[in-house]
Amino acid sequence: MSQHEYRDMLPGHADFTLPKPATPARVNGRRPIPEVPQMNGHADEPPPEPTKPDEQAGPIDVWDQRVAAGLAFLRRRLAGTYAVDDFGFDPELTDAVFHPLLRVLYHDWFRTEVFGIEHVPADGGGLVVGNHSGTLALDALMLSVAIRDQHPAERHLRLLGADLVFRVPFMSELARKSGATVACNPDAERLMSSGQLVGVFPEGFKGIGKRFADRYKLQRFGRGGFVSAALRTGTPIVPVAIVGAEEIYPILADIKPLARLLGVPYFPVTPTFPWLGPLGLVPLPSKWLIQFCPPIPTAHLTDHADDPMVVYNLADQVRETIQATLLELLEKRPDPFGL
Amino acid sequence: MVTSPPRVVVVTGVSRPLGARVAARLAADPRIERVVGLDPHEPPPALQADLAEVELIRADARAAVGAFIDLGAEAVVHMAVSSAPDAQRGGRQAMKEQNVIGTMQLLAAAQATPHLRKLVVRSSTAAYGASFRDPAVFTEDTEPRAVPRGSFARDILDIEGYVRGFRRRRPDVPATVLRFAPFIGSAAHTTLTRLFAQPFVPTVFGRDARLQFVHVDDALEVLHRSVIEDHPGTFNVAGAGVLALSQAVRRAGRVALPLPEGTFSAVLGMARSLGIGQIGLDQVDLFVHGRVVDTTRLVNEFGFAPRTTAEAFDDFIAAHANGSSLTAARLEAAEKAILDGIRRVRATAADEKASVGGDAP
Repeated sequence: MSQHEYRDMLPGHADFTLPKPATPARVNGRRPIPEVPQMNGHADEPPPEPTKPDEQAGPIDVWDQRVAAGLAFLRRRLAGTYAVDDFGFDPELTDAVFHPLLRVLYHDWFRTEVFGIEHVPADGGGLVVGNHSGTLALDALMLSVAIRDQHPAERHLRLLGADLVFRVPFMSELARKSGATVACNPDAERLMSSGQLVGVFPEGFKGIGKRFADRYKLQRFGRGGFVSAALRTGTPIVPVAIVGAEEIYPILADIKPLARLLGVPYFPVTPTFPWLGPLGLVPLPSKWLIQFCPPIPTAHLTDHADDPMVVYNLADQVRETIQATLLELLEKRPDPFGL
Repeated sequence: MVTSPPRVVVVTGVSRPLGARVAARLAADPRIERVVGLDPHEPPPALQADLAEVELIRADARAAVGAFIDLGAEAVVHMAVSSAPDAQRGGRQAMKEQNVIGTMQLLAAAQATPHLRKLVVRSSTAAYGASFRDPAVFTEDTEPRAVPRGSFARDILDIEGYVRGFRRRRPDVPATVLRFAPFIGSAAHTTLTRLFAQPFVPTVFGRDARLQFVHVDDALEVLHRSVIEDHPGTFNVAGAGVLALSQAVRRAGRVALPLPEGTFSAVLGMARSLGIGQIGLDQVDLFVHGRVVDTTRLVNEFGFAPRTTAEAFDDFIAAHANGSSLTAARLEAAEKAILDGIRRVRATAADEKASVGGDAP
């Protein structure tokens, strides 16, 4: 049982059931986790013999392997022998550096639970459309970790970001290396037609910059450019509802003149920011639920990509689905900061 | 459509390495009877060997009208497009004169040539400009969002504008515009290759541009094919794949020197005024935004895929190994040494522990 599976079995998980006795598989180097759940003080089965490491090969030296792997990684990075795709996506760096860091937030801080992961296509293109919230776009990052970790095909989510992200030095390169690109139709269509899973948040800054009082109220979906991109490539649309991001930095007020001065879409005032300085950047530990909805096929509508009525109706359908799912999820999670 | 190859080909810009190599290559093709090089400058001695088979006319584009008709030119390959100002040849003023006015006069002459059957123009992917709002990959149909800052990019836009005018007025002449990515290869000498040949490569702080290169030999192959065969239209010519600037610097074994964007421009401007380098705003924009193009149209139409960006760059590194400090071999040796060191230390520690444990009662 991995740590992650174990965590999911703890009370507080929305789908909590009493754990079944699992056949233990001792993984070398893992922190000891109760292999057989000792419910009410007795185990159902006697613990089996721990599997002995191969006598011929000798005991596997985990630390030696780790050090060797780490050094090989460093050498590859320093020699430049890794692959970057046309969009600047660096899968090795993403898997080895970005995702492990985000996973700490994902598991331990936000205690994220994912439902309906089977609705995300296992191969071929897909357009994941979500609700946007949380002042900083942490929901996009958590969504990409969720799909990478929970999906059986371990897919990478290619996010579409606002141009502001790509204007700022450093942030632009972090975004590109983690697989994001500018939200524009040519890029979205190129990614989808090459069979990638694309993530988009049509609310944009209207979504993440809204007041705490408006939480879980979907904002306008723009012109529905994401729908026409999906229609043109015949890519299924997977609506996803993310609950939890609204509470991480609750925006109490927005200082518009300061935002204009800094050239950003909003200047948030939260209970901790800017009062506590950099400490205000620590997100509040809300409980996150992510629900993927059944995919909406678009392959039969390829000819209607320029029909504003079809595009608008489909965008509306996606919006309604997300809004309804959000309300369902909120009922599953009565306490925003509960376990 | 494959027609017979043109008998008389005029190549402009033969006093520069690329123009000279194109002319030499066409002259070596038995299907072409006559290759004439048109250039106002005398080719440097290093290129004379290449141009042995090429007739040379020392004249600028103004003389082209008479020359084209006298020669009975059937194809014109316009290579006299320079990407950086050359201090020895009059700097930026002369560069613009040659690029823009030269192209205008040359196309006017080509338009007036009755037997002309083909026009091939060297362009550049700089035609797409540079902006953070741009799509990640440019196709031939992408329009630049704004007039670029770089002088070369602006010249390229003007040149392509003149070619559009030519296509309108002479629809019977198939015009091929080749938008080349920056050239690289063991024999390439451009602003960028000079930059990568130094031990320290200045980069822009917080930016890691995606770069694409085309190998000079592949560029020549594409140029050759567009003269011999008919491929009207505009084509991106680049090696598939992408190298991030930081990755390219590391692969070359060089050390990156990140400078803030303002300082980067200032340092390059200072170097330019001292006559050390010719790095202009074109390179700054390339290093900030990067540029990646789609070559599907080229591969489908020409039936030829240039070697990938990484392969082309490796060829360049192999020829410029002496400036590199962090080579792959040295890194591998360092990795092995560190790993062995750690293993030794751990083994000693384990031995000591075992001996201490053994002594205990």
